[in-house]
Amino acid sequence: MWKKLNKNTRKNAVTYLMLIAAYLIMSVLQKGGHLSNLISGMLVLLCVYAIMAVSLNLTVGVLGELSLGHAGFMCVGAFSSALFTQLTMNTGMNAGLRFFIAILTGIVVAAVFGILIGIPVLRLRGDYLAIVTLAFGEIIKNLCNVLFLGKDSNGIHVSMKDTMSLGMEADGIVIINGPQGITRTPKQATFFIGMLILLISLIIVLNLVHSRTGRAIMAIRDNRIAAESVGINVTKYKLLAFTVSAAIAGAAGALYAHNTSSLMATSAKFGYNMSIMFLVFVVLGGIGNMRGGVIAAVLLTVLPEVLRFADDKRMLIYAVVLILAMLWNWTPAARTFREKHSIRRMLAGRAGRQQKESGEAAATNKKEEM
Amino acid sequence: MALLDVKNLSISFGGLRAVDSFQLTIEQGELYGLIGPNGAGKTTVFNLLTGVYKPTEGIILLDGKNITGHKTAQINHEGIARTFQNIRLFKEMSVLDNVKAGLHQHYKYSTVAGIFRLPGYYRTEKKMNARAMELLSVFDLDKEADYLASNLPYGKQRKLEIARALATEPKLLLLDEPAAGMNPNETQELMDTIRFVRKEFGMTILLIEHDMRLVSGICEKLTVLNFGRILAQGETSAVLKDKEVITAYLGE
Amino acid sequence: MRFLASLINGISLGSVYAIIALGYTMVYGIAKMLNFAHGDVIMVGAYAAFVMLNQIGLPVYVAIPVSMVVCTVLGLVIERFAYRPLRKAASPLAVLITAIGVSYLLQNLALLIFGANTRSFSSVVHLKSLRLFDGGIIITGEMIVNAVVCVAIMAGLTLFVNKTKQGQAMRAVSEDKGAAQLMGINANGTIALTFAIGAALAAVAGVLMCSSYPALTPYTGAMPGIKAFVAAVFGGIGSIPGAFIGGILLGVIEVLGKSYISSQLGDAIVFSVLIIVLLVKPTGILGKNIQEKV
Repeated sequence: MWKKLNKNTRKNAVTYLMLIAAYLIMSVLQKGGHLSNLISGMLVLLCVYAIMAVSLNLTVGVLGELSLGHAGFMCVGAFSSALFTQLTMNTGMNAGLRFFIAILTGIVVAAVFGILIGIPVLRLRGDYLAIVTLAFGEIIKNLCNVLFLGKDSNGIHVSMKDTMSLGMEADGIVIINGPQGITRTPKQATFFIGMLILLISLIIVLNLVHSRTGRAIMAIRDNRIAAESVGINVTKYKLLAFTVSAAIAGAAGALYAHNTSSLMATSAKFGYNMSIMFLVFVVLGGIGNMRGGVIAAVLLTVLPEVLRFADDKRMLIYAVVLILAMLWNWTPAARTFREKHSIRRMLAGRAGRQQKESGEAAATNKKEEM
Repeated sequence: MALLDVKNLSISFGGLRAVDSFQLTIEQGELYGLIGPNGAGKTTVFNLLTGVYKPTEGIILLDGKNITGHKTAQINHEGIARTFQNIRLFKEMSVLDNVKAGLHQHYKYSTVAGIFRLPGYYRTEKKMNARAMELLSVFDLDKEADYLASNLPYGKQRKLEIARALATEPKLLLLDEPAAGMNPNETQELMDTIRFVRKEFGMTILLIEHDMRLVSGICEKLTVLNFGRILAQGETSAVLKDKEVITAYLGE
Repeated sequence: MRFLASLINGISLGSVYAIIALGYTMVYGIAKMLNFAHGDVIMVGAYAAFVMLNQIGLPVYVAIPVSMVVCTVLGLVIERFAYRPLRKAASPLAVLITAIGVSYLLQNLALLIFGANTRSFSSVVHLKSLRLFDGGIIITGEMIVNAVVCVAIMAGLTLFVNKTKQGQAMRAVSEDKGAAQLMGINANGTIALTFAIGAALAAVAGVLMCSSYPALTPYTGAMPGIKAFVAAVFGGIGSIPGAFIGGILLGVIEVLGKSYISSQLGDAIVFSVLIIVLLVKPTGILGKNIQEKV
């Protein structure tokens, strides 16, 4: 029993150490000028994607629900944090403090959206839930595109039509300009801050998973009816997991917003295509495997760039990877095959106990026998 | 006062009365059997007692408290735990974590304490582990604590389900066909376990069973259901001699 | 007048949604899966027709059947190699995620073959437009054909499902796959047949859609596909008349919303419909209630 506790702690510690090592190595390389501009320029974006992988993995892997709208939460986090930064830009606030509060703003606003969207959505199951999250994501993106917001000496003006209808004084400045979004947000996001947020997100999610709350969430995932029968409040824990996941996505959005000079809610940046890209990270890294998701996010972003794939080929590879990963992981035949040819089994001479794969394969076999 | 008092319980699905005017009184400490042919409505009764279905009519009193229409999780807090005919374990979780999920309501610390590993987390987790291991050893599952639940052999999965239900500290334990799919040896062992649970935990048990040997061997009282209605009710020996029961249930 | 014109436009758009939704609803009703790639099969059908009509110069009566065959084969291949192996998978998410993968695969293959350029699809309909109220309202030939084809397909499918042996098998598999198999019905075959029909309908939908809205790109099918799913849910998933009603209503709501609320919020309005329907009446207009077994 203690051995088991230690095992989880050990595994998590390895994940954290890997992150810290990756940060140190990249920093040293960057200082020494050994990084190409391409990679240097991608570092913060890699953190954003990795954080999104952690966030979505909480919903898909731990809660067991498929969200196709996570880019929407990222969008909310990005716009709200950038808005905060813009509104407080010339107030003499310390830039570091301002950025810190901007990130918190992104987190809190995304969490609020997580609750508001989670309450109706989490009543649904499976496919319906997935498509409704997609719907919410698209609605958020659409609304961002028709939102106009400006500030003048009289205060803040909002419109859903155009800049003219903001009706501002001559000294007014447009902050959110509809489809043009928010421009000139200071690029305060650094690789260090990105890695820090990633590390904190991971600690939060991994600690959550290995706690009473995490057990309740996973119990609901594994068998909702049984979870209710042992007194677990299904709605509460589903909503909790979904909200934490949305909050983390909001942090990723805040980071993203402070890494780009023009923040626009285009389909390419916040549409469901993005949500699906995050899903690819999660699936390839192993559903529920936080470390795997982070690694997949990095590899699937860096490799196509380094190998100079055109964008269309990159998406093609994602698609193939997604299909093959699912077939390999979930086809009963493939599971039996892996069970038989598992390397660990060959080494140990018998199926390694506690090995997730073998357990699932055994379960599937049993089902077929019955 | 009876521990469980069910009066005039009925439910209809689209005009069909799946359970009709069901009555049941179980005293503290009794081991009670619910039998009947397939489709007689036995599992439906369990689903009504645990709030999975809302009854069309009738009331359910647990320890004198009206729990009719309460939600499943709420009813568990009030003192009814159950197992399922088709085993419902938390398959991707360890055997230990299955029981710890059962301890959810009685060993608490906040989500924040869990995330930030505050002292409450360590204190409560330690107690939970101890309690869960205690329960597992009752069912001879302590050696498999680290296994994934789905890796257990069938008979042990049934036992784990009982252990998980007991972890919720119920007043009344409902067992839905605990011997289904077991061979005679395993059934014998299960009977011993049920007797042991009753003695050790002072548990009141209501069980659904097909295996007549098990029913007549351990239940003091029986209720026989047929087509959603009570066919016979009373002491086991008397019920099993009832002519109607023999015709309907034993098919003679 | 503006309302009437919008209404007619909406019915025309809705007819296209309805044809796509018919394919969705059949597949969902029988295979119990959301075939995310359905919209992209439409795109493939449209490209197939485009190549034959605009590049090879084949006549319409050849091009449409051939593109239906292309889509049918594609539908069968997808079902056999991507979905069937996962039908027994423990996780219900597995097959949906795979369907998303197939959707992306089709889009990006099309991108590789045909490029990202928008192709101008020339209409297959050569009917004269009707001008009413001195040109105040124009009903194009495409609009008429869309509506007629949509009604015809719905009627045909209803007859097929209710009157033929294969149709009965479909209904049986949709009610209870296990029981149907015990009765000697080939469930895999029936599901494959459903995919074939759905894919053939997708080809028709692709041709009609691109005749009415001539811009053809690899992403042409994606959004209409998702919206058609919304229509299927709206009408009650698994119900053939439901898909028809849902499709028409959704088309009308989208066009009216664009014209009276905001032209940029068309998608948001459609998706709001989905959310409202699922919250208020999750079974849709004509859907049946299914209770989970304990």
